[in-house]
Amino acid sequence: MPKDGGIGDSPKRREDVRFLTGTGRYSDDINIYNQVYAYFVRSDVAHGRIAGIDAEAAAAMPGVLRIFTARDFEGVGGIPCGWQITSRDGSVMNEPKHPVLADGKVRHVGDPIAVVVAETLAQARDAAEAVVIDIEDLPAIMDMRAALTPDAPLVHEDMGTNLCYDWGFVEDNRQAVDDAIAHAHHVTTLELRNNRLVANPMEPRVALAEWNAAADEYTLYTTSQNPHVIRLLMGAFVLGIPEHKLRVVAPDVGGGFGSKIFHYAEEAFCTFAAKALRRPVKWVSSRSEAFMSDAHGRDHVTKIELALDENGKFLALRTETLANMGAYLSTFAPSIPTWLHGTLMAGNYTTPLIYVNVKAVFTNTVPVDAYRGAGRPEATYQLERVVDKAAREMGIDPVDLRRRNFITEFPYATPVAVEYDTGDYHATMDKLLALSDHAGFEARAEESRRRGMLRGFGIAHYIEACGIAPSNLVGQLGARAGLYESATVRVNATGSISVMTGSHSHGQGHETTFAQVVGDMIGIDPAQVDIIHGDTARTPMGMGTYGSRSIAVGGSAMVRATEKIIAKAKKIAAHLMEASEHDIELKDGRFTIAGTDRSVAWGDVTLAAYVPHNYPLEEIEPGLEETAFYDPANFTYPSGAYGCEVEVDPQTGKVTVLSFTAADDFGNVINPMIVEGQVHGGLAQGFGQAMMENCAYDADGQLISASYMDYAMPRAADLPMFTVDSTCATPCTHNPLGVKGCGEAGAIGSPPAFVNAVIDALQRGGHDVTHIDMPLTPDRVWEAMQERGVRDA
Amino acid sequence: MEMTGARRIDVPRQQVWNALLDPETLRACIPGCTGLTGDAAEGFEAVVVQKVGPVKATFRGQVTLTDADAPQSLTLTGEGKGGVAGFAKGTAWVRLTSQGDATDLEYEVEAKVGGKLAQLGSRVIDGFARKMADDFFARLQDRLSAPAGAAADRADPREPVGD
Repeated sequence: MPKDGGIGDSPKRREDVRFLTGTGRYSDDINIYNQVYAYFVRSDVAHGRIAGIDAEAAAAMPGVLRIFTARDFEGVGGIPCGWQITSRDGSVMNEPKHPVLADGKVRHVGDPIAVVVAETLAQARDAAEAVVIDIEDLPAIMDMRAALTPDAPLVHEDMGTNLCYDWGFVEDNRQAVDDAIAHAHHVTTLELRNNRLVANPMEPRVALAEWNAAADEYTLYTTSQNPHVIRLLMGAFVLGIPEHKLRVVAPDVGGGFGSKIFHYAEEAFCTFAAKALRRPVKWVSSRSEAFMSDAHGRDHVTKIELALDENGKFLALRTETLANMGAYLSTFAPSIPTWLHGTLMAGNYTTPLIYVNVKAVFTNTVPVDAYRGAGRPEATYQLERVVDKAAREMGIDPVDLRRRNFITEFPYATPVAVEYDTGDYHATMDKLLALSDHAGFEARAEESRRRGMLRGFGIAHYIEACGIAPSNLVGQLGARAGLYESATVRVNATGSISVMTGSHSHGQGHETTFAQVVGDMIGIDPAQVDIIHGDTARTPMGMGTYGSRSIAVGGSAMVRATEKIIAKAKKIAAHLMEASEHDIELKDGRFTIAGTDRSVAWGDVTLAAYVPHNYPLEEIEPGLEETAFYDPANFTYPSGAYGCEVEVDPQTGKVTVLSFTAADDFGNVINPMIVEGQVHGGLAQGFGQAMMENCAYDADGQLISASYMDYAMPRAADLPMFTVDSTCATPCTHNPLGVKGCGEAGAIGSPPAFVNAVIDALQRGGHDVTHIDMPLTPDRVWEAMQERGVRDA
Repeated sequence: MEMTGARRIDVPRQQVWNALLDPETLRACIPGCTGLTGDAAEGFEAVVVQKVGPVKATFRGQVTLTDADAPQSLTLTGEGKGGVAGFAKGTAWVRLTSQGDATDLEYEVEAKVGGKLAQLGSRVIDGFARKMADDFFARLQDRLSAPAGAAADRADPREPVGD
């Protein structure tokens, strides 16, 4: 039984009170006296040379303070990239310049060219209309394969190629993999596209910057998942502002899904302009702007080959992927198709030989970077699709084929450089089959058939690497940052606690779960614990929230700091009771001398720490505040079995998702209700990718799905009620809470389950359809059915 | 976007031809046109206010006439910039054939839109272009078939869209 409000209990999310009553404080809710407004003039062509910018008339319009172009940013650094990949031939990746404002050329629709700053937003927008930009069109580079041909026009001429890198992993395995595939009993091949997505957090991006002339200090309010990272990147690499003169605040943030990890030009612009104009400068993205300036996600084209022996044992796996980088390298873009993708290609299986090749390509599109799951959905999708196809080709039940290849002994070192610490894949598979009533499927399929509908069941089993990440390891892999996390636990005199965490909550509910952990450890009401995050002036240097790392890494830092607090508090308690600190036990907020009824309360000890009249000053310092930095020993490896039941209308191709079941292993769970919510959100986004969402460009590079009229976001009515379970827990072996992380699982594991279900339905209906690229819109399903007519019965 | 169409206009071919080269006629017939200067030899400069789907914009642009084979065919190439709304550009091939006292006008259009117009309007652009063409020829028909002298009064019977 969990303690009331402690670890394992499901108190309601305390932050929701302000979110649901309109009292949250988002970046756009902050207004500074005398602020002015920035409006970005963006490229409306995909590729072109800037022949001229005439801003004279615009500059004379009412309220305009100044119009900025690339010329104003001479001597200012470009937007940096935080990860360097090394190609197969040992050369480092091609890393193009990424100016704050387009310099000489525009490289995607939405590339910022000029910025009008005016007294009001309306004045800025009106003046932007009058900025005349003369662009000589260049041919748009849209197709990744065409981009790599010798005569292709170049996104960045100075690089001489559109190739960012050509990565092989593990290069030493290559020959052995080729040999195994050449001689295998059976090889299943699948070519697929992982569709480009737009993150679409509910709150668009905002930047508001202020410069304090008296102290030469800057403050930037921004919609970020990691304000310390923004401070470091923007301060050190773009604007040359030392950290002690730059404060970055990410207050309430309305969702990020990865798209708010990265450092964006608009943040640097507002900070730069605030000093140049000696006025606070605010920019608020419109939804249209978000579509063409927030980093996109996914966009891989992959060929995957799986070699099997006659018993269905996986022998070798080979993949070739083209990964779209867009026009510039976003902050962590190079790592997504490589280390966050290639290392997961073993999945849950004992495949002994794996080789992954990824060519990253520049095109005239919005930069692509992490989006919920980031590389792991791409890995899971191709693997779980090819396993399903292999099962069909070999006439083996897809559940059985997976079971024959499951890893069952831990720790398990994969051939792709990671070591899984724990897991029980048969357990999650069993749980899935039970919860989804898999045994009753045939009867339900028959019932559908009688109604003229095609019912299908699809399965996927996923693994992910979360709790990102051991700093020394990622450093070897090319990260230009460490990936530890920090926490300061400040106990106040009367016993309440402020926890300053380097993690950032933008919807995950940290303010509730983190307080549960500290409250549980000390044995006090979690209402006594406040979680403070998102402000570089208040929190220790931390790396922020992404990669399902907050509880595994940030939570661990908080546990370590709280352990220090408890150790010191025991010493104080021992002094107060004139006992040995080794005899002191802490339980339910009381320090007791073991084996006696003598005790002091938590509040007595904390008061003594700050009013040290009766205090061992010669032995310990007053005060009760501790900081810990935690660098994980390994990734965490959540896993799970997902199952989906769909019905396809053969007349229209419309797919209805009838049920979706998720059996996850997240290790220990702090707040099951919040975990369930996280899985629901991930599943909805996985559903969106599989069934509805597609970021589409035309051949000229125009973004033609840049509003909710054309970009289909899933809505509640599109989704079934999910069945979610996380009781198959094998606790993580290397962090103090035994937690693995749950934020991305749904988006990682679900797309192949949806697609496998639709393929299953079509196959059962006699259509020899082996693959349809996502999203599985009715027209795509219907077309695939027409191309592959009904088999003779 | 590609579009083809045909239209019968109840006046002789030469008259249609002349009208197509006449700035006054064009100004009156292009829906939403608030200004048009220049001539057939040097090209026209036009200002057009239009609303495509949810995007309303003032387009400023050039139209040039090439491959003129009087009075039977010509090519019109134009580009309009709509500021932050984006741009539209395209080419129209026009052919006139006599049908007694009437003229058959056939056209073929290739057009591109960019920026916000493409982002918000690409789904509605075909219908929009069709309507623009229909409106243009309806106005041309009206103007040409009106009694001489009355044309000026009824040059623009409708308000330009949106403004």
